[in-house]
Amino acid sequence: MVMDPEMLFRDKIENEIKIEPKDWMPEAYRKTNIRQISQHAHSEIVGMLPEGNWITRAPSLKRKAILIAKVQDEGGHGLYLYSAAETLGMSREEMINDLHSGKAKYSSIFNYPTLTWADIGAIGWLVDGAAIMNQVMLTRTSYGPYARAMVRICKEESFHQRQGFEALLVLSRGTEAQKAMCQDAINRWWWPALMMFGPRDTESTNSDQSMKWKIKRKSNDELRQNFVDMIAEQIKTLGMTLPDPHLKWNEERKHYDFGEINWDEFWQVVKGNGPCNKQRLDARRKAWEEGEWVREAAEAYARKRVDKLKG
Amino acid sequence: MNLLRKFYYGDIPEDKSGAAVTGSASGHDWPLWEVFIRSKNGLEHKHAGSLHAADARMALENARDVYTRRMEGVSIWVVESKHITASNPEEAGELYEPAKDKVYRHPTFYELPDEVNHM
Repeated sequence: MVMDPEMLFRDKIENEIKIEPKDWMPEAYRKTNIRQISQHAHSEIVGMLPEGNWITRAPSLKRKAILIAKVQDEGGHGLYLYSAAETLGMSREEMINDLHSGKAKYSSIFNYPTLTWADIGAIGWLVDGAAIMNQVMLTRTSYGPYARAMVRICKEESFHQRQGFEALLVLSRGTEAQKAMCQDAINRWWWPALMMFGPRDTESTNSDQSMKWKIKRKSNDELRQNFVDMIAEQIKTLGMTLPDPHLKWNEERKHYDFGEINWDEFWQVVKGNGPCNKQRLDARRKAWEEGEWVREAAEAYARKRVDKLKG
Repeated sequence: MNLLRKFYYGDIPEDKSGAAVTGSASGHDWPLWEVFIRSKNGLEHKHAGSLHAADARMALENARDVYTRRMEGVSIWVVESKHITASNPEEAGELYEPAKDKVYRHPTFYELPDEVNHM
């Protein structure tokens, strides 16, 4: 009996069987995955920029080595994700072009500046912490190559979050100036980190279908709540505070209540009006354009070697 | 509904027309390579992922940087993706189903008296 491919697809989703690149899939499923995975890849690559800003100014050789390793990881994560997106039929070059033209988005969090060394700790703890909530969920996403990339990424990401927390812990036990710097970084990164989970469930246009297809398995608000609950506990160890007067344990819900996100700021940054949107894209384009001769030279060299072999 | 999708190789579709694609692929990407890693001696090489590189040497070096940063491997194979021929999911029935009714190929098919241990 030949099964209708769409029924076969739904059957696989229903029974937790992963969809693999050559399986039939609805075009909208393909499109949604391409959009989501490539944006995720772009976020990893653009995410190297705010941290790269501190590599030359890290306070010690140890911190510098750690930061280089972390930024190198982000580059690798971008590669795993681009590869996963390529299995859906979009070329690497097209994805890069879409990033540079502004057609494709990346996570808005990287449009905020890294003003002090403490920002590097705050990014590891809060930004990577928020990303991990999302990424752990995505290890169970329905598209096979995406899920496999996520497993690899999650293994590496936990070092990122731990080193960030530890860097802040050192500052929180330091001089008054170091403590103040630590608190200031937390104050600036807290709300943007909460925004990383995206619009409220009631406002999120892509969520419903993504949940049905098991691309996403938890809603934006659910993940955000999990994140708040986790951080609200961890900050006690740092002896710092979160900049939200409404943050309070709710015994009835068994969750922390928290204040309202500034959604106007959220949409402004998404639309390209954040503090560093232009700077980030300019840096990516510059790297791409100035690397062109390297890409060409490597190609020419490879061709020459092939010709030589042919004799 | 299109039942037959054709692919050149591995996991990369032949028509690059993913639904989200609007720009034109001008084909400037370096070739794609599949990476296989042996995690330790005694184990087989296993597919780890893929990457773009101009030639085999660069593919090996990039694979080393991307896939073995945490001692995940002691040996790497790279092969240009276009050299991989892959079966199609549409053929899954004819390829794999004939094995389903041959339970006698499994040791558990045979019931032996208890006194015959460890066979």
